[in-house]
Amino acid sequence: MSRFNADNLIVAESIIRRYPVAKSALIPLLHLAQEQDGYVADDAMAHIAELVGVTPAEVVGTCTFYEMFKRHPVGTYVVNICTNISCLVLGGEELLHHAEKSLGVRAGGTTDDGLFTLEDVECIAACTEAPCLQVNYRYRYRLTTDDFDELIDGLRTGRITDVPHHGVLARIRQQIADDRLAGVVAPELATEAPVWLAASDAGGAGS
Amino acid sequence: MTPNTHHTANTPGWVDVDGPHIVTSRFGFDDSFTLARFEATGGYAGLRAALDRTPADVHTEVREASLLGRGGAGFPAGVKWGFCPPAVWPRYLVVNGDESEPGTYKDRLLMQRDPHQLIEGSLIACYALGLSQCFLYVRGEMALAQERIATALNEAYAAGYVGKNILGTDFSVDIILHWGAGAYIVGEETALIESLEGNRGMPRLKPPFFPAAIGLYGKPTIVNNVETLANLPWILLNGATEYKKFGSDTSPGTRLFAVSGHVARPGVYEIEHGVTTFRELIYGERFCQGIRDGHELKMFIPGGASAPWFFPEQLDLPLEAKPVGAAGSMLGSGAIVVMDDTTDAVRACLRVVRFFARESCGKCTPCREGTTWEETVLRRILDGKGRSADIDMLLDIGDNISPGPYPVAANEAEGQTAVPFPPRQTTICPLGPSSVAPITSAIRRFRSEFEAKIVLPETIPVAAAVHPATSELAAAAHGEGGHR
Repeated sequence: MSRFNADNLIVAESIIRRYPVAKSALIPLLHLAQEQDGYVADDAMAHIAELVGVTPAEVVGTCTFYEMFKRHPVGTYVVNICTNISCLVLGGEELLHHAEKSLGVRAGGTTDDGLFTLEDVECIAACTEAPCLQVNYRYRYRLTTDDFDELIDGLRTGRITDVPHHGVLARIRQQIADDRLAGVVAPELATEAPVWLAASDAGGAGS
Repeated sequence: MTPNTHHTANTPGWVDVDGPHIVTSRFGFDDSFTLARFEATGGYAGLRAALDRTPADVHTEVREASLLGRGGAGFPAGVKWGFCPPAVWPRYLVVNGDESEPGTYKDRLLMQRDPHQLIEGSLIACYALGLSQCFLYVRGEMALAQERIATALNEAYAAGYVGKNILGTDFSVDIILHWGAGAYIVGEETALIESLEGNRGMPRLKPPFFPAAIGLYGKPTIVNNVETLANLPWILLNGATEYKKFGSDTSPGTRLFAVSGHVARPGVYEIEHGVTTFRELIYGERFCQGIRDGHELKMFIPGGASAPWFFPEQLDLPLEAKPVGAAGSMLGSGAIVVMDDTTDAVRACLRVVRFFARESCGKCTPCREGTTWEETVLRRILDGKGRSADIDMLLDIGDNISPGPYPVAANEAEGQTAVPFPPRQTTICPLGPSSVAPITSAIRRFRSEFEAKIVLPETIPVAAAVHPATSELAAAAHGEGGHR
């Protein structure tokens, strides 16, 4: 399965409708594909190309720029350990080395059971809580090596249940009821000042 | 206001201190992110106040508040707003929530803890400038912030705060949650726009691509940072005059500073802008309470990884853009990274440089090639494989990315004066030049630490390094005996 399934196709179409230009939906749709399959499959990219009206090559071009998109299957849990400056000075690299030993893979690798992919990442914006990591983009703060082992054990045994599988980001989607939508403004069609501005400022200078 | 002396379970990182709470007023509540809490604590009153006035009036209020952009460049938001060409429509708002500068940790808190405040600020900007659609670009890695904003937007749409005919007026605007996928460079505003158009996030050349003139889909676009917009509800509710009672004349209001590294109490602090000094923030009992036990301050980064480093002599500077710039660095994104005497300057320098090498988008040659070489040379020095020429080579690579004297703090012991910020650049955006900051800072101050790691002889004998065939060709080209 790599093209969008029926449910996700509906989601994809609702996302595309929110943008004045369909190609803007490309990154959200790549995330949706990754949510469905755990990675971004070639067929998914071909499907996205059809949906937004660009070539598959353009989708690949965008996809390969962004490091969150995995073009091959990865572990159920992607463990991202920050080693950037604030974490470095408080043991981020040591935590990473411990993780490499404890999981038996180098950064970038996936464990044989397919459960964990380990990554050495750049700053994840939790600098006051160093050293920190994310599992499938869920934070864990101020970790000791014991905390790390406990986390891995909890995920392995299923004791930790608040981390969805890789690919799932926000579990809540934006929903806009049709009667509440202000209306998507196509760049080439909306050539007038918006009504509230025109009403208050006849010249429409808006400054 | 629930008292909150240190980290709460819900807001790790934020430390509540006495003083004005302009953007963190709800952080102490466990349910600060809900519409119910927001409405119960004055939420959307700033929007109502704005809708009672003309759009031009709202713009004037923001301009008079002299609200400086909180994304890093520190440009006045009201002035930036004025750069939209008149009578070119549509205009868009892009909210920059792609917070990724190492050390920076404030926009994520604002998005997670008070998403409605950001939505309200965005609405005020749209109303004032006639922006027809707003895209709220959240960093891809911030799953919880995305969930909180999605929930808040769903609530706000249903309650009539966002969408068609907001609060029964003729003001209508959609706010669309958009999210990235892992690329630091997308925090640069033109790269952000490229990314929002579905492309690789590579910066555009300015001029002509100033977003206010030629932005999203080639239309006028305002790109504002999350913290900048989060200030607007307060300003509209209380007025520019009240706002300017906080902070300094040139930097009014408050600002969020994230202090991380070797301090006793790291945290995100809302403090009056331009008034407090680095010393008070790092050593003050109310704030970070000094360097961790038994250690001394060695250096600190005053404004995110892109900023040249400061040292103990700079501690008495105020947290204000102008004096910090004159002293050779920048306040940037409000990220202060404190390093004590246990820190290896070369290792810290390599780690920051590695970041820029990894995050270079590859569009400009000096940055793409230069950052890679900076990392390579630094790594071999750290690995004991460096040559003494490598130190000057690092400076030379930096000079190709950012020509001329690079901004650096004064070093009185060595009789060196400060070089003021900003650096010059041979690249489209400042990413490449930023990679030079840790190199010039560390080498100028701690050259002996680099030298101590260099154990190999100064040069490799040239004859041994040149392939015989190459030597023969060279000899032929230079005539008999002209070349060794």
